[in-house]
Amino acid sequence: MTELSRIRNFSIVAHIDHGKSTLADRLIQLTGTVAERDMKAQMLDAMDIERERGITIKANSVRIEYPAQDGHTYILNLIDTPGHVDFAYEVSRSMQAVEGSLLVVDATQGVEAQTLANVYQAIDADHEIVPVLNKIDLPAAEPERVKEQIEDVIGIEAHNAVLISAKTGLGIPDVLEAIVQRLPAPKGERDAPLKAMLVDSWYDSYLGVVVLIRVMDGVIRKGDTIRMMKTAATYKLDTLAVLKPQMVQIDALGPGEIGVFTASIKQVRDTRVGDTITHEKKQTPKALPGFKPSVPVVFCGLFPVDANDFDDLRDAMEKLALNDASFSFEMETSAALGFGFRCGFLGLLHLEVIRDRLEREYDLDLITTAPSVVYDVHMKSGEVEQLHNPADMPDLTLVDHIEEPRIKATILVPDEYLGDVLKLCQERRGIQLDLTYAGPRAMVVYDLPLNEVVFDFYDRLKSVTKGYASFDYQIIGYREDNLVKMSVLVNDEPVDALSMMVHRDRAELRGRAMVEKLKELIPRHMFKIPIQAAIGGKVIARETLSALRKDVTAKCYGGDASRKRKLLDKQKAGKKKMRQFGKVEIPQEAFISALKMDS
Amino acid sequence: MRDDWREGGFGLYVHWPFCQAKCPYCDFNSHVVSAVDQGRWADAFEAEIARYGAETGRRVLSSIFFGGGTPSLMQPEVVSRVIEAARGQWDFANDIEVTLEANPTSAEAGRFEGYREAGVNRLSMGVQALNDPDLRALGRLHSAGEAMEAFAMARELFGRVSFDLIYARQGQSVEAWAAELERALGLAVDHLSLYQLTIEDGTAFGARHRAGKLAGLPGEDAADDMWDVTQALTVAAGMPAYEVSNHAAKGAESRHNLVYWRSGDWVGVGPGAHGRLTLDGQRWATETPLQPGAWLAAAEAGRGENGREALGQPERLEELLLMGLRLEDGVDRARAEALGISEFSRNVSALTDIGMLESTGPRLRATEAGRPVLNAVLRRLLD
Ligand SMILES: Nc1nc2c(ncn2[C@@H]2O[C@H](COP(=O)(O)OP(=O)(O)OP(=O)(O)O)[C@@H](O)[C@H]2O)c(=O)[nH]1
Ligand SMILES: C[S@@+](CC[C@H](N)C(=O)[O-])C[C@H]1O[C@@H](n2cnc3c(N)ncnc32)[C@H](O)[C@@H]1O
Ligand code: SF4
Ligand SMILES: [Mg+2]
Repeated sequence: MTELSRIRNFSIVAHIDHGKSTLADRLIQLTGTVAERDMKAQMLDAMDIERERGITIKANSVRIEYPAQDGHTYILNLIDTPGHVDFAYEVSRSMQAVEGSLLVVDATQGVEAQTLANVYQAIDADHEIVPVLNKIDLPAAEPERVKEQIEDVIGIEAHNAVLISAKTGLGIPDVLEAIVQRLPAPKGERDAPLKAMLVDSWYDSYLGVVVLIRVMDGVIRKGDTIRMMKTAATYKLDTLAVLKPQMVQIDALGPGEIGVFTASIKQVRDTRVGDTITHEKKQTPKALPGFKPSVPVVFCGLFPVDANDFDDLRDAMEKLALNDASFSFEMETSAALGFGFRCGFLGLLHLEVIRDRLEREYDLDLITTAPSVVYDVHMKSGEVEQLHNPADMPDLTLVDHIEEPRIKATILVPDEYLGDVLKLCQERRGIQLDLTYAGPRAMVVYDLPLNEVVFDFYDRLKSVTKGYASFDYQIIGYREDNLVKMSVLVNDEPVDALSMMVHRDRAELRGRAMVEKLKELIPRHMFKIPIQAAIGGKVIARETLSALRKDVTAKCYGGDASRKRKLLDKQKAGKKKMRQFGKVEIPQEAFISALKMDS
Repeated sequence: MRDDWREGGFGLYVHWPFCQAKCPYCDFNSHVVSAVDQGRWADAFEAEIARYGAETGRRVLSSIFFGGGTPSLMQPEVVSRVIEAARGQWDFANDIEVTLEANPTSAEAGRFEGYREAGVNRLSMGVQALNDPDLRALGRLHSAGEAMEAFAMARELFGRVSFDLIYARQGQSVEAWAAELERALGLAVDHLSLYQLTIEDGTAFGARHRAGKLAGLPGEDAADDMWDVTQALTVAAGMPAYEVSNHAAKGAESRHNLVYWRSGDWVGVGPGAHGRLTLDGQRWATETPLQPGAWLAAAEAGRGENGREALGQPERLEELLLMGLRLEDGVDRARAEALGISEFSRNVSALTDIGMLESTGPRLRATEAGRPVLNAVLRRLLD
């Protein structure tokens, strides 16, 4: 156990790609926590998908020992956090477990939307914040200008920001000193009853469920019998350890310390992040306030291309959900797609990541239906139904009104692109809340419907600003609007998987875009195919896919029979990527691509 | 079902793999070499024919086809030896058809008489185009004038003459093709093969096309219009399509190719030649070494053939349909049923409903609408 004054706990927060994970590498390396030969870049990003995409998805914690200039050795617990807005929840709960934050800002980019979002969260969590300007090895770095910007835009001191290059290692010793000198030591009482925060939990195939905790008061020891206050479950601890970043067993953890335990817990679902852990015998009288639960905001259907894979898909989802409490799913049947699952995600990146993992790690071919947000359907009876899937829209005569989730979006953008950004937000039914300047960059705040943002807003924003804008959002509530369900009919048959909720004023536009896109995506058939978008019985957009005129091999003699036969067999296999709707075959990719709007 | 090949007849295909130059569009198994020891090739053909004859026993042979490559580079002596070797193994039908593919250069025309004496009674000429600039663009060694002379000579020597044209060529308009086809129909032919130019992988055109350098190819719509015009003009001239790309006056159809399209049996000798043989009720797909040298060596060593593939009922059905539906006549329903088409009866009905297939009497056929999209019909049918 370590004396409180010799402990520092902090999270590393920043906008995407500003270098959090690389800084974590350097801290781990310089303190000799990991042997030089075992080091690798962004070593905390352990999942395949993190390494491949070069992003952090899950927050990770490491304990390092640092002999400071004052002659004492300090225990530093760092938590590397994800930058992408979908995983903001990981950041916020990590912050609850520590007392300070290193705010990393890329000195070539300056303050971005997630920089702001993270600072506000850190301030809410009462954190001491140490600004760190990274990437000063790059010629484009402008540390002085970025310091000013931090002071102007965020309003925190930045004159003593630490200048570093996480890549070359420049300035890292200063970061370590700043942590010790400028971040507060944790508080807590060793003799009080045990009170620890359940920060995270995950499934390890060898150890079972591993629980990450932060001890607030008291001492937890190997072999203790503990109680989880919310779930009221009791467990006997099997192992107690600290992460370096691999597990190193330890006998006890005292106040201010961070570590993990295992206790024959079967499922991650049996643990609740934010829960308070105490001793079975001597309980703390007051539980911690807990975390706001993460709520899925984007829903879509995932269906196996091959109906025989349904059971495999369910198994795979269960396994993934073990490690990702924010991913939810329940069974769904679709007239067109058969058996599948309605799944909830924190955002589109989260959706993509999960789908990618299902396809690659579990070798499944999936159809993804149109992503949708959750609508509140207020019935005339006074009841409120939550609509996760436009296909489930109740009979309109019973509906009083529909409310949709709205977000507050903060966008930072260089002045020259401001016009385009305003236009985009306006098109998406946005209401401007604020517009301020920070040097040559504008900060716009919009109230936007989540459903207009969920699909391709981020892509569009990137393209109209050539990648120079950054974006962050949070949900601010539900509001009534003139919302309708738009259905899509292919060859006069409704395709439920393509139906979507739209604002009445935008319906024609979306309908038109949708039928045009489908016309491109569906291959020509032997007959002509009408493609229509409709609201109720009224067709609002229509295209006709003309019939295939010619598809025949010119020469086919004795030597071609085998070749032709093999070609046909190959095409039959390729057809699995198609779905049959009545007489029409629709390629899988159409379900996602049809919803992307080009303008 | 055991001997259902009889419905298609029995033929012999002989592949001559050499050409004077490689045409830029051609993906046939053809090679340009400086010298060929034709005597050795004749020996090898004879040996292979004898080997297959021993397997099939005496059957009635309805056709022999010399294809290539450029068989009109064969010495008439070699052609004669092949025909005699076949006669030694099988009983020639009274009306046996013996076809040789010829390139219409003057040098080759000089050998036509020799071929007739050897027993060839039908000539299939690769005319390809009726004007010189287009022939040059196709990399052909003959002029239009030479082709016409060769054709006139062939008409005198052989009872039956066919020629090939390629359309949808670079820079060709629908009108230009219509005019060219009218001219072709005006010549006294009773059989025409009219192929839309296919850009094949692994050819010079394929590479140029991929590099975006094959200029002036008609677009999809123009090519489709050319198809329509082809059907209209040939019907008007009394030479409707009896197969996707083959047109003939009644009774002048290529009997040899009908063996393929009707899933008959045939022996294939020479490099890269395929065959189909039904032996003791089992149908086999035979294939030979592709390289001329490799085939010759294998044949000389006693077996100019690679491993055979045994065709089960599903493969046979697939072949029956993919070959047979190319024919105006379609396929015999009883044969298709014996091979299990009932498993696909829902698809047959669906395709019949949308007017792509029809059942007339004992035949199942692709309609006039179905034949131009036959690949799509087959994919749906065998789904
Ligand atoms: N030149 C230079 N590149 C750096 C520096 N620090 C990080 N990078 C690069 O910036 C990119 C992003 O670094 P990460 O450490 O993955 O950033 P992150 O903030 O953890 O990203 P997310 O977890 O996705 O939010 C990588 O390509 C790093 O190699 C630096 O000091 N100098
Ligand atoms: C075996 S090939 C060639 C026979 C002979 N060597 C000749 O060139 O005249 C038979 C016919 O197929 C046609 N053909 C070959 N390649 C083609 C292609 N890529 N596209 C369309 N037709 C083609 C030509 O009309 C050719 O006459
Ligand atoms: S088209 Fe005929 S002549 Fe030209 S290379 Fe092919 S086989 Fe030989
Ligand atoms: Mg990271």
